[in-house]
Amino acid sequence: MAPRTPGADLPEHPDWLWHSPDPKPSYDVVIVGGGGHGLATAYYLAVNHGITNVAVLERGWLAGGNMARNTTIIRSNYLWDESAGLYEHALKLWEGLEDELDYPLLFSQRGVLNLAHSLQEVRDGVRRVNANRLNGIDAEWLDPHQVAEICPILNTSPDLRYPVLGATWQPRAGIAKHDHVAWAFARALDRMGVDLIQGCEVTGFERVGDRVVGVNTSRGPIRAGKVALAAAGHTSVLADTLGLRLPIQSHPLQALVSELLEPVHPTVVMSNSVHVYVSQAHKGELVLGAGIDAHNSYSQRGAFHTIEREMTAAVELFPMFARAHVLRTWGGVVDVTPDASAIMGLTPFEGLYVNCGWGTGGFKSTPGVGWCYAHTIACDEPHPLNAPFSLERFTTGALVDEHGAAGVAH
Amino acid sequence: MMLIPCPWCGPRNEIEFHYGGQADVHYPSDPRSTSDEDWAHFLFFRDNPKGVFTERWSHAAGCRRWFTVHRDTVTNEIHPDDSASAARTVTR
Ligand SMILES: Cc1cc2nc3c(=O)[nH]c(=O)nc-3n(C[C@H](O)[C@H](O)[C@H](O)COP(=O)(O)OP(=O)(O)OC[C@H]3O[C@@H](n4cnc5c(N)ncnc54)[C@H](O)[C@@H]3O)c2cc1C
Ligand SMILES: [Zn+2]
Repeated sequence: MAPRTPGADLPEHPDWLWHSPDPKPSYDVVIVGGGGHGLATAYYLAVNHGITNVAVLERGWLAGGNMARNTTIIRSNYLWDESAGLYEHALKLWEGLEDELDYPLLFSQRGVLNLAHSLQEVRDGVRRVNANRLNGIDAEWLDPHQVAEICPILNTSPDLRYPVLGATWQPRAGIAKHDHVAWAFARALDRMGVDLIQGCEVTGFERVGDRVVGVNTSRGPIRAGKVALAAAGHTSVLADTLGLRLPIQSHPLQALVSELLEPVHPTVVMSNSVHVYVSQAHKGELVLGAGIDAHNSYSQRGAFHTIEREMTAAVELFPMFARAHVLRTWGGVVDVTPDASAIMGLTPFEGLYVNCGWGTGGFKSTPGVGWCYAHTIACDEPHPLNAPFSLERFTTGALVDEHGAAGVAH
Repeated sequence: MMLIPCPWCGPRNEIEFHYGGQADVHYPSDPRSTSDEDWAHFLFFRDNPKGVFTERWSHAAGCRRWFTVHRDTVTNEIHPDDSASAARTVTR
């Protein structure tokens, strides 16, 4: 009998959710970066503004950057009105996104506890709860006893070196499956005729005076009515080719998962001062993260001592995790700003728009960014919700300081 | 883990160091006539190269002195700063 061709018995490949066409010579809008933000922006450009002659250019594979690497925490309990507006808009969109995209996103509103371990953190937490409520965001202040009721596996005993003195609680917060989110947007875009072009690195810009009229890519020049940056940790590299300085620094941010475990962890727990955050994914792995590595880096990897410290914190807070195993650690490149808030809006160049600086916390805002950035691009003017996040705020001094609410990466 | 060359103690494990970011960021020479834009750049804007970065480290758990190195932000290849300005930057 003749040897059988390997794979001959396998079924046909299922239909692709999206295709990767060759670039056309020109588009109305070119979006640089095929992560969550680039995809969501293209989606709302099409749906809210009827603009579909659009290409999303991705240097690697679709959503293989921070979109594939984040720990998927979604919440809107930030301090300032400006942030409340943007993050809560995103959270409301999340609440309808599965239906809208008709794809399972495993969006699970299991709530988030932000722990306080010092008197100052208690005061800050209570203040944030009050601020959230004034902005119509669900928030409660819990004492250690109530914290233990929500998350029984958390060590709330007073013997801890940094005991849990209380926590903020946002019941509508949660997690989602990041890959599914990207795939769902990509499928919708593909159906609407938007070109998702992978393996296409933007290397520079075509300019006529102070107007950007196209991009140069590893697959040739592409002309564009408008160019929108959504390149996360690599935004400086692109802006540098225009001599445009941005107040962002690229850092490694690491995360890790354990092996698959029985469901033990009912919610999301974050602690700024002992510096760790933990949830349990649907499949069963514990998902943990902490802060950035201190140095600038584009290496997509950080130091082991960062992981070691976050494990120490995790085991202190969750003694039962001491016997779990780390299965995998990885890193992304996150673009951090001086005030821990993002930059979204116009640039000094006509036809060029910027969305960056989401740093350690931009997954939660994916649909909100898409909505507001699409408006900014289509109308040549920021949406009211992202107007406070302009590049000019660093000159005017109107910073949106979210270091408290964003203290540990998330 | 990175081995960082302290000019006084030699190569040491990265956990002994504190990061200081971009080197040679100078306080505006005439603060009273510095524009808002220039203040913003002094306070908030730093280079962010993908490649060689000239940066400050402090040997926090060692001799506690500041110094400058050139590090590749992709490979972490790191070289001591032996430029003419080294003497000035190490004492700053
Ligand atoms: C470990 C980790 C944990 C995180 N946890 C959370 C969390 O729990 N909750 C939360 O809200 N956020 C979290 N974040 C942050 C979040 O992932 C990011 O803020 C968000 O993903 C950024 O938007 P994006 O999805 O568009 O980025 P990316 O997915 O990084 O997309 C940018 C894309 O641009 C592409 N690109 C770059 N340069 C070019 C070029 N020249 N030409 C073409 N394409 C280019 C990149 O390849 C990349 O695919 C985390 C991040 C990391 C790394
Ligand atoms: Zn030393």
